[in-house]
Amino acid sequence: MLKRLKSRETILLGAIIALIALVETRFSGFAAPGNLASIFNDTSILMILALGQMTVILTKCIDLSVASNLALTGMVVATINAAMPGMPVTVLILIAIALGMLMGAFNGVLVWLLDLPSIVVTLGTMTIYRGVIFLISDGAWINAHEMSDGFKALPRHVILGLPVLGWIAILVITLFVPLIMRTPMGRAFYAVGGNPHAAVYTGINVGRTRFNSFVLSGGLAGLCGYLWVSRYAVAYTDVAGGFELDVVAACVIGGISIAGGIGSVGGAVLGALFLGVIKNALPVAGISPFWQLAISGAAIIIAVAFNAQSERTKGRVILKSAEATS
Amino acid sequence: MSISDTAQRTIPNRLHSRGYRLIRSWEVLLLGVAIIIFFANTQASPYFLDPWNLSDASFNFTEKAMIAFAMALLIITGEIDLSVAGIIALSSTAMGYALQLGAGTPMLVLIGLSVGVLCGAFNGVLITKMGLPSIVVTIGTMSLFRGIAYIVLGDQAFNGYPSDFSVFGRGYAFGVITWEIVILIVLAIAFGVLLHLTNFGRKLYVIGNNPTAALFSGVKVQRTKMILFLLTGLMSGLAAVCLTSRLGSTRPSIALGWELEVVTMVVLGGISILGGSGTIVGVVIAALVMGMVTFGLGLLNVPGIVMSIFIGGLLIGVIALPRLIGLIAAQRKR
Repeated sequence: MLKRLKSRETILLGAIIALIALVETRFSGFAAPGNLASIFNDTSILMILALGQMTVILTKCIDLSVASNLALTGMVVATINAAMPGMPVTVLILIAIALGMLMGAFNGVLVWLLDLPSIVVTLGTMTIYRGVIFLISDGAWINAHEMSDGFKALPRHVILGLPVLGWIAILVITLFVPLIMRTPMGRAFYAVGGNPHAAVYTGINVGRTRFNSFVLSGGLAGLCGYLWVSRYAVAYTDVAGGFELDVVAACVIGGISIAGGIGSVGGAVLGALFLGVIKNALPVAGISPFWQLAISGAAIIIAVAFNAQSERTKGRVILKSAEATS
Repeated sequence: MSISDTAQRTIPNRLHSRGYRLIRSWEVLLLGVAIIIFFANTQASPYFLDPWNLSDASFNFTEKAMIAFAMALLIITGEIDLSVAGIIALSSTAMGYALQLGAGTPMLVLIGLSVGVLCGAFNGVLITKMGLPSIVVTIGTMSLFRGIAYIVLGDQAFNGYPSDFSVFGRGYAFGVITWEIVILIVLAIAFGVLLHLTNFGRKLYVIGNNPTAALFSGVKVQRTKMILFLLTGLMSGLAAVCLTSRLGSTRPSIALGWELEVVTMVVLGGISILGGSGTIVGVVIAALVMGMVTFGLGLLNVPGIVMSIFIGGLLIGVIALPRLIGLIAAQRKR
């Protein structure tokens, strides 16, 4: 099984390299280290969100509110920064993460204690959070000149050729690997998604595990809220509109099964990078950015068809080995 | 089937009388909410009761309700279609494209409807033939369909629809009654009959409650679902015709976010999101409730995005409240 999961990621990695190579042959300079670093940096937020989304999807749920969560926390920290430029950026980041976790917890409580279907809950909170931005900002924009220099500079500060934004993504990924693979909480995500009934019998609280995943996803969305707003130096109501679909797409492309229980950190990261490379290749190849929506839609469909194929064969293999041992 | 066979299938003893169950039903509760909102609106604004205002306000929900009927059947069988707004965008774009090529009104309508059906068929084939989960497939096709509209249109728009085309969205059948209302009433009756009085409708509940049992009792589960995806596509195409006719132009961002409002309407109408229960009457009342809430808030100059907070809150509230009450009741008993 491990082999199969690995092979899935190798295929994806191969596809990404092939894609980069293909663009490089037509437009040299695309595969230059500097450009690759900038693609990685561009995709950082998508990668971080995809990791949060992955934990939610692993538990058979879905979080469609991440983009609204991001936009709301972004607006809140930008507003605080505009009102109190003296507040240190680290405090703002902590506020962003805490606020994001709070919104994730709201989703999580509804799913955990009231046992509501996550798709309905997060469809609802998606619009609610988005609407609250309008209430806070009154529809106004917070522009670059209203933000303090420290607020804007942090994600763009370059260390060893990669901006801090990219380093934060790397940090989140490195923290995620042991969190998912080596902690009881991380393993519980798989157990709950793989078989909720069996998870209950092994002493795992299914609802609580789902709650954890929503808080995690929300906290990362909050972090991304600060990163997004400071990087693009603007906050308004429609920030990251529809971005939740890109996040789900990254997960599905990365081989995370929407039925729960299957997926890996590497898959989510590579799925996000795949979309990131496409996004960056389109303008280079002179294709209108209007193609992007259709391409991510098609990528989701192809990926989910691909996932279904590999999951089906895996079911058979498990059955055979179980018969052989018994 | 012999007579003795049918006689054996008596329904187990009812816990409550028919009248009691009717009073406690979701539809009656919702009707109560609708009446309260109606009176609240008349108090909030003196302009609410004007028949022309009400007639104008019906556009708030008519097109969405058309899709909601088909979506209700789909959700009853345990599937969902999040691509409906994408279908509207693609269907409207196709009509605009045909218009550039010189198509007349009947051709435009035909194209609008058939693109809707084709999109539904695309969803249906992926879901029923390849066995993919409908929620992911339709999230994908939602971007795909709207994405094609963006590829065709970019930041442009199709304008200049013929004047006789505008009858669908702006025409009045008699007095203040618009054609859209007439279409909606006909559809409500047709869907009500289909779901509650036909063999086909009963099968939908069977599928929603237990697809495996349905398969073993001879229901063609996948084929039925395929028909429903086609139907949802057709209704989205119809909504596209009405909306395009009403707006008189096509932009790729047309009907953005409608899938949420349609699903809200269906769930508010008492259709369980998990499948297997609900009625068309509920969806009709839910459409009225949502239409009146948005219209009433609009009269009070509440901006659209703030209304979406209400819609989102309504969606969560209506499904959370019964569970919350059940939870508290269970605690009391202990």
